[in-house]
Amino acid sequence: MSEEIIKAEGLTKVFNHQLVAVDHVNFEIKRGEIYGFLGPNGAGKTTTINMLITILKPTEGRATVLGFDILKQSNDVRNVIGVVPQEYTADEDLTALENILLCSDMYGIPRKIANERALDLLKLVELTDFKDKRVQTFSGGMRRRLELACGLINRPKILFLDEPTLGLDVQTRTATWNYIRKLKKEYGMTLFMTTHYLEEADSLCDRVAIIDHGKIVVVGTPEDLKHSLGGDIITIGIKEDVDVSGLISKVENVKDVKKENGAYRVKAEYGEVTAPFIIETLRKKGYTVAKLSLTEPTLNEVYLEYTGKSLRDAEESREAFASQRMTMRRARA
Amino acid sequence: MSELNEHRASRLHGIWALTNRELKKWYKAPVIFTLSIIQPILWMGLLGKAMNIGAIFSSGSMEQIISKLVLTPPLTQTQSQQLGVFFQGLQTSIMQNTFHTSDYFSFMAVGMIAFTALFTTAFSGMSVVWDRRLGFLNKALSTPVSRAVIVFSKVLSATLRSMFQAGIIILIALAFGLQFGASFNPVFILGLFAILFLICVGLSSMFIAITIRSTRIETPMAVMNLITLPLMFASNAFFPTNIMPSWLQTVASVNPMTYTTDAVRQLLIYSTIDLRQVGLDFLYVGIFAIVVATIGIALSWRYLSK
Repeated sequence: MSEEIIKAEGLTKVFNHQLVAVDHVNFEIKRGEIYGFLGPNGAGKTTTINMLITILKPTEGRATVLGFDILKQSNDVRNVIGVVPQEYTADEDLTALENILLCSDMYGIPRKIANERALDLLKLVELTDFKDKRVQTFSGGMRRRLELACGLINRPKILFLDEPTLGLDVQTRTATWNYIRKLKKEYGMTLFMTTHYLEEADSLCDRVAIIDHGKIVVVGTPEDLKHSLGGDIITIGIKEDVDVSGLISKVENVKDVKKENGAYRVKAEYGEVTAPFIIETLRKKGYTVAKLSLTEPTLNEVYLEYTGKSLRDAEESREAFASQRMTMRRARA
Repeated sequence: MSELNEHRASRLHGIWALTNRELKKWYKAPVIFTLSIIQPILWMGLLGKAMNIGAIFSSGSMEQIISKLVLTPPLTQTQSQQLGVFFQGLQTSIMQNTFHTSDYFSFMAVGMIAFTALFTTAFSGMSVVWDRRLGFLNKALSTPVSRAVIVFSKVLSATLRSMFQAGIIILIALAFGLQFGASFNPVFILGLFAILFLICVGLSSMFIAITIRSTRIETPMAVMNLITLPLMFASNAFFPTNIMPSWLQTVASVNPMTYTTDAVRQLLIYSTIDLRQVGLDFLYVGIFAIVVATIGIALSWRYLSK
């Protein structure tokens, strides 16, 4: 079998003949990697996932999941994938165990095997003590973990995670990341996730695709993406009132030096290695380094570079959206 | 690919799991469960006992009318009594003629079964919208469970609920004084549940088919309001069709509720059973169920995968 778990070619979705949600995207996901779609609300992340998990039909283009065509072999696709949707879809009136068993029944897994797996999964997501409690009483983090367990009941080869930590607090978010890393490490699972959290994409994903207006603008490892910006920013100041730009620019890996407000703004690759060299060079010439700071470019800078806008602004509306969903849930209960 | 999901289940797998999920919301919630039993009792009390049409012709009320009549010459005691007897006979034959039973309560209680079936199934459209809004529908769609099974589990759960409620209604109605017809045979209860199954499958599929595309909870509610009462009153559930105006009779004659109620009445309370008519009733409701369920499932294929 090929190493490509997912391959999308010119995948396009147009809603109502005018709204282009996903615009001819091409990408492939390799076995065992965590592949992330990073982008703001409405960028087409969920639409792409929905096409890959066969609940939306693409308007154009094609995609395969483990070699199965998403249109022609949709039932085979459904059999081998696991999905953890953005919403909390577990039934509030049922217990955790009942919810997992319901999922297993939808995959047609015999009850005996399902029972064993369900207990294992509850252990994995640390919900064993709550297995007979109704989901109604669960916190956001517990619900998310239950969703994760449900998505794993059919031992999927690839797990789709749509905004896995949306609306969770920082602690729960970190815990969820650990479960996701565990899945990759212990089960060699391939994961496809969407997120609008830069930190999440940065710390979890092996490769990130930045998606904006339905198009993939750039793909790469978080490190490569950050380096592609031309390296880190070192800000350095010296006591003496002399221009040392020429001196600094001769140091290895330094790409650009600018004098700004009495300090030097140095663009350099591998800043943490380069900064000591700069200090040493300056000292040798008898200058005294008065201040120094090192900023590594974050994915936000990458994002800014490629889309022309900051992702931070988009986050707020996203949180509002998540809380609205919660309100709706409560309204129902 | 040995580790892949190796369990290729039948095409119908998951149907009981999904049906039971719906049912659990009902039988595991004591309040909802109790309410669903109280509701028919209330309706029966209101419609069956308060609107006691038989009482209008009862000898008591007739005597009152007679005593107020100013006739010349005034009625003698014997004449008045004879008139009373006459009216009593008139009452029985009017009731028998119009309702095929001397007791309006029995007539109405049976209509109540169809009424409950209609209202219980009307909610099935709503649960599809909820599942869509809360994301459960998308999750179900991403599993190998068949689209038809997703829809049919809704139909089936509404059907089972209605059948259970119908059983309760019969028991309550018996306690309130339902009289079985002269030709009643306990086996007919099976016939009752059979036709109830058919009508519920049909109605529930209809409500789901109408609301399958909607994303707002208001849509199924509006549909329910629009459809349920006309379906109810343009049928023989509470009143026989033969005393309706002719245009309404036409509507009632195509309304599957009419056929259901007729079959149930024939089986349970009529003094003589017209087997040919019962057969026609079953045929009509059966065709209705098959056609609407097919349309419902076809639409679900079309609209559940956008």
